[in-house]
Amino acid sequence: MIDEQHIWNILEDVKDPEVSVLSVVDLGIVRSVKILDDKIDIVITPTYSGCPAMDVINMDIRLKLIEKGFRNITIQQQLSPAWTTDWMSEEGKKKLKAFGIAPPNPKQQFCTSEMFQQEAVQCPRCNSWHTQLISQFASTACKSMYRCLDCKEAFDYFKCH
Amino acid sequence: MSTKNFIYALHLADNALILAQRNAEWTGHGPVLEQDIAVTNISLDLLGQARNFYQYATVLFNGFSDKQKEEVNQFIPRLWKEYHRELQEDDLAFLRDEHQYLNLLITELPRGDWAQAVLRQFFFSAFQFYLYQQLQNNTDQQLAAIAGKSIKEVTYHLRWSAEWVIRLGDGTEESNDRIKNALADQWSFTGELFMPHDYELIDVNTLRESWTKKIEDILSQAGLVLPKQTWMQSGGKAGKHTEHLGYLLAEMQYLQRAYPNSTW
Repeated sequence: MIDEQHIWNILEDVKDPEVSVLSVVDLGIVRSVKILDDKIDIVITPTYSGCPAMDVINMDIRLKLIEKGFRNITIQQQLSPAWTTDWMSEEGKKKLKAFGIAPPNPKQQFCTSEMFQQEAVQCPRCNSWHTQLISQFASTACKSMYRCLDCKEAFDYFKCH
Repeated sequence: MSTKNFIYALHLADNALILAQRNAEWTGHGPVLEQDIAVTNISLDLLGQARNFYQYATVLFNGFSDKQKEEVNQFIPRLWKEYHRELQEDDLAFLRDEHQYLNLLITELPRGDWAQAVLRQFFFSAFQFYLYQQLQNNTDQQLAAIAGKSIKEVTYHLRWSAEWVIRLGDGTEESNDRIKNALADQWSFTGELFMPHDYELIDVNTLRESWTKKIEDILSQAGLVLPKQTWMQSGGKAGKHTEHLGYLLAEMQYLQRAYPNSTW
């Protein structure tokens, strides 16, 4: 019998190809792991509809499990309930910040269609709240770009979703 | 699920795909790097939505009875029929002819200048926002799931495009001229959003009020007024398109038509 926790531990080693400090577990995109005899069923949920990393993540999970000797694997994508940054682990948020990306604020603070509603984002380098939005879309769809008005550095913010 | 759900999924997918393709034309041509990245990120979100809808459409189609397949035959690409395999998402995107596309006309209008691009995005995102709000409660659970997933992305698109409409309207004389021209050009394509068609699972007429309120609010902040003109273009939902769609498809579908079933 395969130990479910063992599989979760292996998944901790599968990194997001675009934010390499985060594992797929940190990101909160692994929705479930089910074991039936020697069969492993994994359900993942996409971050963004068009996230090009999803196919890579799918393959990376499969390769990692094969590497550990598991052969009978199915990976399914499930859209609902939709992924939210609230599912990102606290550990993941710390790793993001240490990597120089401001972690997402809690969702209830923001995420409306109203305009110019600026959210306070803390600079991951100097911890100043004195920051300014440069662009709502940055290097990937899941990030926006800010600048710190104190340390003058530009930084990515993993926006709430 | 009925054939109506299949056709509606195609319509929703086509809207997203065609605008994704138009926005992708900005790749490397945005006014500044950040906005180049923003508009192409929006394109990517829309492409993802389109894929979800197409994938669902293929699941429905492949599960249809022969009678149901016959009912939707007019939307199925001819080339695929020679492939003798199940229908796939790429077949729907890359092998259908112009008249089989059910996208709104506004999504296929040429790229235009930056004012045209942001205004179109604003009109469309506001529409998608109210549409998905309703669709996420639909009894078709997969369409509801895709809408629930996508509305978070659309919320960002709406904010971004609305901010640009205000920035241009409230900016320089040049930017004000351009957004005014865009408004005059595009307004007659907004009526189609709210003209119901028999395959729609949402009564789009009920979205008109919220949409108009949002548009008026942003336009007034931009120092612009709603055009008075009331005659509206239509046809996209029924597969009758402007001349622009053919050129778009010719470019987008070139590879799969020249080298059928090629992958890389």
